[in-house]
Amino acid sequence: MMRDAWRWLREHAIVLYAVLAVIYMLLPIALIALFSVNDPAGKFNLVWNGFSLDAWKDPFAIEELTDALVTSLRLAALSTLAATAIGTLMALALVRHEFFGRRVTNILIVIPLATPEVVIGAALLSMFLLYGVTPGFTTLLIAHIMFSISFVVVVVRSRLIGFDRSLEEAARDLGATAFTTFRTVTLPLIMPGVIGAAMLAFALSIDDFVISNFNSGTTVTFPLYVFGANQRGIPVQVNVIATILFAATVVAMAFTIWQQKRAERMAAIAPEREEDAPIPLPGAPAAT
Amino acid sequence: MSAMSKGARRRLVPYLLLGPGVVWLVLFFVVPMYFMGRLSLESGTLLTGFEFTWEWGNFGDALSTFDTQFLRSFYYAGVATLLALLIGYPLAYAIAFRAGRWRNALLFVVIAPFFTTYLIRTIAWQSIFDDRSPAVDALKFLQILPDDGRLLATSAAVIAGLTYNFLPFMVLPLYASLERIDMRLVEAARDLYSSSWQAFLRVTLPLSAPGIVAGVLLTFIPAVGDYVNALFLGGPQQFMIGNVIQFRYLQLSDYPTAAALSFILMAIILVAVIAYIRFAGSEALMGDEAEAEAKA
Repeated sequence: MMRDAWRWLREHAIVLYAVLAVIYMLLPIALIALFSVNDPAGKFNLVWNGFSLDAWKDPFAIEELTDALVTSLRLAALSTLAATAIGTLMALALVRHEFFGRRVTNILIVIPLATPEVVIGAALLSMFLLYGVTPGFTTLLIAHIMFSISFVVVVVRSRLIGFDRSLEEAARDLGATAFTTFRTVTLPLIMPGVIGAAMLAFALSIDDFVISNFNSGTTVTFPLYVFGANQRGIPVQVNVIATILFAATVVAMAFTIWQQKRAERMAAIAPEREEDAPIPLPGAPAAT
Repeated sequence: MSAMSKGARRRLVPYLLLGPGVVWLVLFFVVPMYFMGRLSLESGTLLTGFEFTWEWGNFGDALSTFDTQFLRSFYYAGVATLLALLIGYPLAYAIAFRAGRWRNALLFVVIAPFFTTYLIRTIAWQSIFDDRSPAVDALKFLQILPDDGRLLATSAAVIAGLTYNFLPFMVLPLYASLERIDMRLVEAARDLYSSSWQAFLRVTLPLSAPGIVAGVLLTFIPAVGDYVNALFLGGPQQFMIGNVIQFRYLQLSDYPTAAALSFILMAIILVAVIAYIRFAGSEALMGDEAEAEAKA
């Protein structure tokens, strides 16, 4: 009896461990949602006091917070658009072409990924200071595009590697111009990777605190609002908005995966799934 | 265009595709590094104005004044990376080999923290470590924590925060390298009478080494420069080098010292990355290997 129990435990230890790990990973997220229905005793929403739906009834009650959220969404939309376009072109060049300077280009793309955010933020601020540029929305946009590019390249390139080039050749043989081939064959096929990269860029931008902290001037994004509010007590609405953002991301990701699966089922020629994808960078949904 | 041969045009294409990205990265990553270097060699104060004087002393001063914070950063980030490896390896192993149809759900859980704002996640830990939290009461009840003990504003809290926040950076590369392992090799080891533990130590573990190296770097680098965890979960006694850089840049406007500190941090990390590239090849980090295979 004891031995059976011991054996069961040994066989299932790793599964039990995984369950514990899941609880650990999700605990803070659950707490964020829980504290969105808290009725804090004072200004600080850190201790459970009682149930209240007040913040959910009016999530946009705090004007500063709403403004910050709008700024963040605008910033994320613009930087995602630019970084995805720039990064996709770079990935195309790196996978499709042999050229002089390839190694240097690779290093130029990897180094920002290996640089702590505090250094990137400080370096950009140094340049803006010496040029006498007042930090604000534009400097934030410049910074967000900069740190998103490398992530986009890595994600799109993993998608491009498994690409069947004969489809493009067929299009060219049938008389399509290079641009038409790109628009009607290449782009639709790499689209899942591009969308995955765009989602990652969007998430990175909306979440960024450190680099924004250095280059925001008086502009306030959502994370910067949270940082400022922390000294005087964070309103419950922050938790409501964080919960909404989390839910929206989950829905968007589920939708993308569902779309991808559907597209792959429907298309007679589905691009091959890249089994040997490079190290997926954290948060890269395309890899799953 | 007609004057150009087709071959010349074809050679030009990659540069046109790379152009915007390379320009952006050079202008807003490489050039700022130069300006930060310049700033780190200036002297003066905010009141008298700064002047470029090749003030190499800034580096020595910065190092000797803030050596505690430097050492503390490497200590915290090192312990957090080790913890993340110990927590993350069995998890990645479970996802790769034992999860079955739960695999995607588990991968989703691993990246789920990224769907909530970093700061808010850290503040959630602040509420867990808060003096009035049920978790602290439980630890006191179990006598793990003395009655007047606290979790908040301790090194343990900061390290715990770093570990949690950067754990996905460890798990994902570990998973990627474990998932790639040909299980027939492990079976062969078992057929040759190795115990399952020996098979793990001699086959699985060495084959997952690239994932370990990548995970360690991807966890350690952001952790060593972090200042959010020390700010929210620690106190001045737990401040890391990132806190000093942030404070000197944004509050004290002591730009030369702050720039020198960032430069030293960057230099140390660059050395680590170059050592890594020597060790594993830049391809492993960027996926050139798979690319080369696809071309062949």
